[in-house]
Amino acid sequence: MAEEKKLFKVTIDNISVDVEPGTTILMAARKIGGDVVPPAMCFYSKLQGSGGKCRTCLVRVAAGSTADPRPMPKLVASCRTAVMDGMVVENITNPAVLEARKGVVEFLLLNHPLDCPVCDQAGECDLQDLSYGHGDAGTRYEFKRRTFERIDIGPYIQLHMTRCILCYRCVYTADQVAGQREHGVLDRGDHAQIATYIQKSLESPMIGNVIDVCPVGALTDRTFRFKNRVWFTKPVDAHRDCPHCKGKTRLWMRGDHVLRVTARKDQWGEVEEWICNECRFEKKKVSDWVIEGPTQVDRHSVINAGHYTNAVKPNEFFTKVLDGRKPKLLLDIHTVSDVNKVDLNLLPGPATGATFNGNPQATGNNTTDVKKGAGKNLAGTDSTNPNTP
Amino acid sequence: MARKVLLDKAHIEGIRYYDTWRKNGGYAAVEKAFKMAPADVVEEVKKSGLRGRGGAGFPTGMKWSFLAKPEGVPRYLVCNADESEPGTFKDRYLMEFLPHLLIEGLIISSFALGSNRTYIYIRGEYAWIVDILEQAIAEANNAGFLGKNILGSGFDCQIYVQRGAGAYICGEETALIESLEGKRGNPRIKPPFPAIKGLWDCPTVVNNVETLAAVVPIINMGGEEYAKIGVGKSTGTKLISACGNINKPGVYEIDMTQSVEEFIFSDEYCGGIANGKRLKACIPGGSSVPILPANLLLKTAKGEQRLMTYESLADGGFATGSMMGSGGFIVLDEDQCVVRHTLSLARFYRHESCGQCSPCREGTGWMEKVLTKLEYGKGALSDIDLLWDIQRKIEGNTICPLGDAAAWPVAAAIRHFRDEFEWHVNNPEEAQKRNFGLAHYADPLEVAVG
Repeated sequence: MAEEKKLFKVTIDNISVDVEPGTTILMAARKIGGDVVPPAMCFYSKLQGSGGKCRTCLVRVAAGSTADPRPMPKLVASCRTAVMDGMVVENITNPAVLEARKGVVEFLLLNHPLDCPVCDQAGECDLQDLSYGHGDAGTRYEFKRRTFERIDIGPYIQLHMTRCILCYRCVYTADQVAGQREHGVLDRGDHAQIATYIQKSLESPMIGNVIDVCPVGALTDRTFRFKNRVWFTKPVDAHRDCPHCKGKTRLWMRGDHVLRVTARKDQWGEVEEWICNECRFEKKKVSDWVIEGPTQVDRHSVINAGHYTNAVKPNEFFTKVLDGRKPKLLLDIHTVSDVNKVDLNLLPGPATGATFNGNPQATGNNTTDVKKGAGKNLAGTDSTNPNTP
Repeated sequence: MARKVLLDKAHIEGIRYYDTWRKNGGYAAVEKAFKMAPADVVEEVKKSGLRGRGGAGFPTGMKWSFLAKPEGVPRYLVCNADESEPGTFKDRYLMEFLPHLLIEGLIISSFALGSNRTYIYIRGEYAWIVDILEQAIAEANNAGFLGKNILGSGFDCQIYVQRGAGAYICGEETALIESLEGKRGNPRIKPPFPAIKGLWDCPTVVNNVETLAAVVPIINMGGEEYAKIGVGKSTGTKLISACGNINKPGVYEIDMTQSVEEFIFSDEYCGGIANGKRLKACIPGGSSVPILPANLLLKTAKGEQRLMTYESLADGGFATGSMMGSGGFIVLDEDQCVVRHTLSLARFYRHESCGQCSPCREGTGWMEKVLTKLEYGKGALSDIDLLWDIQRKIEGNTICPLGDAAAWPVAAAIRHFRDEFEWHVNNPEEAQKRNFGLAHYADPLEVAVG
């Protein structure tokens, strides 16, 4: 048997864990799991050199190590600080850490447009999760936010800098995964931007991965833009024989249609295997893929809403409580009810007062979300609005 | 008359050139140092108690002894001449008039640290000084003080001058190293420190121009003799670049025994406040350090006289004290508006933030906008508290000290001059109409406030 390695013992929020030397505090916390894991917006364990920039993972080191038990003077970025033997770390048990994190969330949202209702990333956005988990309800910022034009960088990717939080993940991805970097950060300060120098396009065959690593909706898939909301699509694991990559992907399906292909992500939202542009953008037929089965989605994720796995349905609950009675539930909504005799499904537009007052065909003027003659969309309705099925 | 060891030859005509410098005892320190062992030179600097003159005041000898010395890996010495702090212009004076002093200090320090390639990273705006330095290096090369086998010691050294591109952040040592490597000047995350992994991942020491120049008198007079100048742990002499509303702005060498009062009002130094006005406030160490009102500037909170030393200026912490910083001494007279002054500093830091980490990138811009609102009489009392809260959330949460440097002036201005901020809120019309003298006609800060 090989010689046993000396492990470092770290205590994070009074929970101890043994990790190998060289592990960062964040990775040690991930080993424990649960609430003690600091959020990470810029750190990506698969990208060398990432992390340390967003400052959401700040923690307090109450004791440096057994040999030198002095606390560190400032809060440290847990993603870039290596553990020492006997280190004591305070994350959610220290109010100063939570206060600082709240400040960082406010800073990150300062220039963010908060256009979640029209953003393709909504539902799987790290910044959304972060601000729900650690941010304040309102903002104290009352000035104009910085804005940029949307740019199509190449045939597949659109860059919307307004949403960017400058995590540098895509820059590292282009360096380390795509092999050739054709974009970077221009300018400095709050007008710094991710850009290809003077509107070139990204051509590398692996560059599609920047979409997966982007924690916000700054880099989006042009083949999927405004096709659907992520929580209406069903994730399915699939693979194919790909000459460029391992071909292990996740298909986001609506009925029989493959709307989007992404890499598989682990529980920390990190890509397991990088995939190539061909798999991601070109193979949008079910026949291209070998379906493995539905993806296990975290029960708390918005993507799991109305989903078919992990849903624990209290089957007997209602009948037990009602004890044989059969009242009409308020939830029981009919398109044609006893009160109104109009079949709302047959109306060409939204109903108005006139619809119910003797003119069952009258509709409102607001018919923007109805496209005449365009036929049914994938959901089987006429709506072209991505927010409604 | 204070003792001068750095600028003692500055008055000699033609001291910029090698011949004059050599005739006046130049390069004697190099000859002396090359007869010593490198470790002894480091020991001499340790004995002198020399502290970094760039701002942080870290003991130089200790910094040198931290330098890792692995086999087969080159070590580098980098001279930080990226002097961009508002109010600081001492290095410019030193390099412009006494370039050979810096070159001499660099040769000795390179010898002590074993750096065969030494870099001067100079601020891009100092274009004409690059020519002066290049000429001085060429002269030293011809005289055999640079190049291969210097003075027959077997030690090779070459000095290269690299121009920056005008970014304040590249004065931070790790950003400077990144920039020197040809990358975007973003500060690195520490640890590892440059003494372990610096320029091209090799052990590196980054020192300020004045620190390296001070090595020359240390070798000339010996470390112990040098340590006798000054008070307590503030040894040696310090260059102070005084500016603002004073009669005699300029670069002065002090031996750290002067009181602040003497420095401002004596004819030997600043010569008092200009136009017969009264002293209102002063920033004693470059724009990043906290501002002090006149009463706290001249006397500490304990009632003692404040001296121009590292310890005395920092006495009382940030509540009632400030810092020596880089020695940019900015004096404000009674007519100056602290809110406006703070706004112009906040503008500077917004503009110079590298945009790498979020508290500094977003926070500096936010502070500037809130201060603009206050200055132009559109603010509310709650904005002052908001400003305090923003600076508190920036300070200490950033990668490099630029976040702190942006937060401290704002914090100190609110701490000591809160009534002035409140006046701006309560008298919005006067605040808008106020005449700023000449600046009124070409007001650089006049921006439309929404």
